[in-house]
This record gives sequence, structure tokens and C-alpha cells, in this order.
Amino acid sequence: MRLNKTFQFITRIIENRKIKATYWRALLAAPQIASNALPGQFVQIWFGNNQEVFLRRPFSIHRVRGERLEILYQVLGSGTEAFSKKKPGGSLDIIGPLGSGFKLPAATRKIKPVIVAGGMGVAPLVFLAKKLAGIPKRVLIGAKTSGQILCEKEFKELDCDVKIATDDGSRGFKGYVSDLLKKELSDIGYQSVQIYACGPEPLLKKVAAISSKHNIPAQISLEEHMACGIGACLGCAINTHAGFQRVCKEGPVFDAKEIVW
Amino acid sequence: MKPNLTVNIGRLRLKNPVMVASGAFGYAQEFKGLLDLKKLGAIVTKTVTLKPRKGNPSPRTCETPSGLLNSIGLENPGVEAFLKEKLPFLKKLAVPIIMSIASEARTEEFLILARRLDKIREVAALELNISCPNMQGHKLISQDPKATYDLVKAVRKTTGKTIITKLSPNVTDIAKIALAAEKAGSDALSLVNTLTGMSIDVKTKRPRIATVTAGLSGPAIRPVAVRMVWEAYTKVKIPIIGMGGIMNAQDALEFFIAGATAVSLGTANFIEPRSSLQVIAGIKDYLAEHKIRDIGQLKGSLKR
Ligand SMILES: Cc1cc2nc3c(=O)[nH]c(=O)nc-3n(C[C@H](O)[C@H](O)[C@H](O)COP(=O)(O)OP(=O)(O)OC[C@H]3O[C@@H](n4cnc5c(N)ncnc54)[C@H](O)[C@@H]3O)c2cc1C
Ligand SMILES: Cc1cc2nc3c(=O)[nH]c(=O)nc-3n(C[C@H](O)[C@H](O)[C@H](O)COP(=O)(O)O)c2cc1C
Ligand code: FES
Repeated sequence: MRLNKTFQFITRIIENRKIKATYWRALLAAPQIASNALPGQFVQIWFGNNQEVFLRRPFSIHRVRGERLEILYQVLGSGTEAFSKKKPGGSLDIIGPLGSGFKLPAATRKIKPVIVAGGMGVAPLVFLAKKLAGIPKRVLIGAKTSGQILCEKEFKELDCDVKIATDDGSRGFKGYVSDLLKKELSDIGYQSVQIYACGPEPLLKKVAAISSKHNIPAQISLEEHMACGIGACLGCAINTHAGFQRVCKEGPVFDAKEIVW
Repeated sequence: MKPNLTVNIGRLRLKNPVMVASGAFGYAQEFKGLLDLKKLGAIVTKTVTLKPRKGNPSPRTCETPSGLLNSIGLENPGVEAFLKEKLPFLKKLAVPIIMSIASEARTEEFLILARRLDKIREVAALELNISCPNMQGHKLISQDPKATYDLVKAVRKTTGKTIITKLSPNVTDIAKIALAAEKAGSDALSLVNTLTGMSIDVKTKRPRIATVTAGLSGPAIRPVAVRMVWEAYTKVKIPIIGMGGIMNAQDALEFFIAGATAVSLGTANFIEPRSSLQVIAGIKDYLAEHKIRDIGQLKGSLKR
């Protein structure tokens, strides 16, 4: 399961700014995490004494650049609001890397990765795409509308073949990214495909159905409310064919066929 | 001056009066590397039952102002798996291990568990969890003085180990229940378990926790917990382990002054894994500053 060590430390904020709509990007000094994190792992960030934001909040490791860790986040409630108020030069208490990430293919195995990202789900997948360097990859990004498409540039810089789906058809394929996935698979065939997906639960459920129908392996990254993030509280349980498992420890990445929807 | 921090809980002698609470520290191995576990006064395990328990459906937790609602439903691997898979790590720590136990079938299972554990040397004491609000369809034993008395009495007969009885704050008169446990032979009390609560998402009109009601912990319940420790302290002679929303030394000191012999940290571990060690350091500083030689002198020192 997890091989790397977990650290708790005070990280310095190097950058923290809005990229578009409600989406923000933070760059943190985190050599302990940057050197040993695996794609799909996450961190738990504490925003200080605040009676509205009591617990830490989980965020995926979006990118690792040298000794820096990048987080991509959406301002949703008081925790992420507090995050967006933090200024460069300030500091944050962080624990990570946590959880079990994506399983990377053995170098000798020829696979055709298809990466499926819905909304904020792009966050861990950019790091994954980086780790799959040298393998031709297809990336399908889904968003409500063209203004909310995230990380298209980052994926392209990593030599990914990027396709877009928007619910309103303002860019690319009109409809859900799961329907785009079906279309793409019928084009490229099902042989040797490996799906990696992250996004809202309805999307992951559809991806799991597609993977099961065509017998394609799929690794999906799930979310659940977390209290501790380190496997101690059993608060993040998800129902699998092997019983309840912890999203923060055995997950967040699961084999799609393990999940009981 | 180096103040004395050792305390006695039944036949247990703790090097300091700060422990970690059941269910909020897993089986300790989850915290490995995040703090020096050997420095803890004692470790209370997640509650273990005779058979494995799957626990409740999700969502199981949700945050509330200065608090946490949880309904885990006592998910645990069962006593045999605990002894085989979890105890080996715990016993290497050389910290007293207090094993929390509960029963799905009232008295019988408690007795089987107590008998089974009586022979396990590494289990320093038993904490009887008769106060978990998240076992659906069970009225709490600790909500009834007679049921509390009968249960503790029965367990007392089966084990020579130190018995700590963990009580629920969801009662009108905590002192009555505390007295019942004392009379039945409990060596100490743990006060309090979580307070039953509920939170609703008004957008969807759905409860935020799958089981609808859940147990509230964290600073939100601290004043209630301090009050209950104080009320129990004025009536019983056995040591009280105080808990409920302790985040730092200041919070812990309130419990000692109210009458606690030791304290336990739950939810705080999730936010700052080193909270318990910071509390130990803070208590030392306070005692030194106030020229108090022994933590025992602080117990019940409330001025009125
Ligand atoms: C493993 C993991 C990785 C994540 N990675 C990212 C990421 O890279 N970028 C990002 O923007 N977000 C990520 N999230 C989600 C993020 O943690 C939540 O959006 C955040 O905690 C919301 O906090 P808040 O106080 O702003 O909102 P709140 O007011 O607490 O809640 C706002 C909304 O978010 C939901 N929510 C709250 N906590 C969680 C949670 N732990 N998981 C899922 N939903 C939640 C609430 O139900 C509510 O609908 C991740 C979650 C998990 C479990
Ligand atoms: C996630 C969670 C799980 C818990 N599980 C247990 C348990 O298994 N047995 C038990 O006796 N108490 C359990 N408790 C209660 C705590 O041990 C403690 O009594 C309570 O949370 C109050 O302390 P706190 O405010 O410091 O957390 C649990 C608490 C939490 C937050
Ligand atoms: S969040 Fe506590 S066990 Fe996963």
C-alpha cells in the first residue's frame, strides 16, 4: 500500500492567486512532500484557529516543481475561502503526502492511458500525466462551460492529446465527458486501454460502468468527507466489495470494480 | 522545580495524566511518525467488540462550529483480529494500553470480552464503552443507573484488571450514573463520550450524516463536559478521566480544576496530531509557574 513517509510541517506560501472563475492556484515550499509524493496522493491543510473552519481540509497534489508543491483549488465554503485569503510569504500547517495514489504501469507494459477529468478532478491528474511521461496519452477534460475548463495548457505541455467536453457545448464535445469517453473508446478501440479518472461522483460512476462493460481497467480517485485524513477516525469509509475501506488510506484511488455504488 | 505528573488510575500508574481518547487515535499506528507516541500517559484504543463490525454507511462525519459530528458505528475488526494485528504494535510502545470494549448484546459479550482480555498482560486496563450513541437501536446502558450498576458489577466479577467506565453526557443527572458505576466496583470513570447532535443541509433538506443523528465532539461540548466532571467529582471518590473538546493545556487545566485526575484528547488529534504532547508541556509550565509540586494538588481545586 503506502510506501512513502508522512510529514507534518509549516509550509511557506510562495504564491496564491485566482486563475479563473472560482479557481485558485497555490504554490507552497514543501521539499519533504515534493521529493516523495506519488500522483493521486493528497495533503491535509490547517487554516489556523477559526471556529468556522475547525478541521483540516484535503487537497490533491496538483503538481510538484522542484521543492515546491502546487495545489489547485476551488473556493466553495469557508475553508477554501480562508485558503484564498492567505498571502504569499505567510505560512500554513500541512500534513502529507497522504493516501494511496495511482498505480503506475510497469515500464515494460504497453498501455494506452486515457485520463478523464471532470471539473476540479483535473487536480491530481496533471501530476499523473507527468509521471506517465513517454507514453502517448489521451486526456478528456469535462466542464460545465468553456470558461471553467482547467489545465488544458498543462496537459498539452505534457504532450497529451487533449479533448474537451462542455455541458453547454460552448467548446468541444457537447455533453458529459463520460459520453465523450464512450465516443473516444469506440474510436481508439478497447485493447490495452487504462482509464484514470477523477471528478464528481456521478461521473466516476459512469466511468466505472463503462470500464466494466468493456472490461477496461479503470483507476478512479474518490472523495469523502474527512476528519483526520490519516486513517484514524474511520470517518471516510466507502463501500467496496471487500467491505468498508478508508478513502484517506486505502484510497483515494481505487480500482473502479472494487466500488459498490 | 520539576513538578510531579504521575497519577494513579485504579492499579494503573501513569507517568503523566494525558491520554488519547477512544476512536480518536485509531490503534496508534496511524499516528506513527507524527508524534513521539512513547511520551503519552496512556493510549485508549478504538472500541473493540467481540465480532468484527462493519460500521455505519457514509457520510459518517461532518464539521459543525467548533465541533465534529460523527457516526462511525463502532467499526472494528473484532477482538481476535485486534489481538493479532493491532496489539503487537501497541505493546512495543511501552505506554499503558487501555482497551475500550463494547457489546452488541449487552452484558454477555462484555463478559466474554473481559474474560478473554483478563489474560492478556499488555492490556493495562479495560474501558467499558457503555455510552456510544451510534449503535442504532440500542438504548445506552449508561443512561440508566441500574443498568450501569448491573453491567459494571458483572464485569467486576470476571476481571482483576482496572475497570474504567465511560459515561454518556446524554443524561439528566450524571452524578447518579457515576455513583452507580462506583458502587458496582468501577476503578475510574471516563467523562464524557459524545453528545448526541444533528445537522441538516438546508439546500437538500437531508441530514448531513447518514444515520441522521450523530455524536458531537470538540470545543463545542467542552463547557458541558467540564460541568459534568465537576458534578461527578462532588459525588464520587474514584478518579475521573476528563475529556470533551480539549485542544490545549488551558482547556485541560479546566478539567483538573473541576476534579479530573487525568485528561484525554479526542478530536484534537485530527487537527494537530501533537496536541497531547503540547498539553503535557503546557501543564508542566503551569505547575511550575504556580509553584504546584504535584498535579494531584490541582484536582478539584475550584475556588468558589
Ligand atoms: C482526497 C481529496 C482530495 C481533494 N482535492 C481537492 C483539490 O485538489 N482541489 C479542491 O479544490 N478540492 C479538493 N477536494 C475537496 C475539498 O477538500 C473540499 O472542497 C473542501 O474541503 C471544502 O471546504 P470548504 O470549507 O471550503 O467548504 P465546506 O463549507 O466545508 O463545504 C463546501 C462543499 O464541499 C463539500 N465538502 C466539504 N468537505 C469535503 C471533503 N472533504 N470532500 C468532499 N467534499 C467536501 C461540502 O459537502 C459542501 O458541499 C479534495 C477532497 C478530497 C477528499
Ligand atoms: C471520530 C470519533 C470516533 C469515536 N469513537 C469512539 C469509540 O469508538 N469509543 C468511545 O468510547 N468513544 C469514541 N469517541 C468519543 C471520544 O473518545 C471522546 O469521548 C469524545 O470525542 C469527546 O472528546 P473530544 O471532544 O476531545 O473529541 C469517538 C469520537 C470521535 C470524534
Ligand atoms: S479521514 Fe479519518 S480515517 Fe479517513
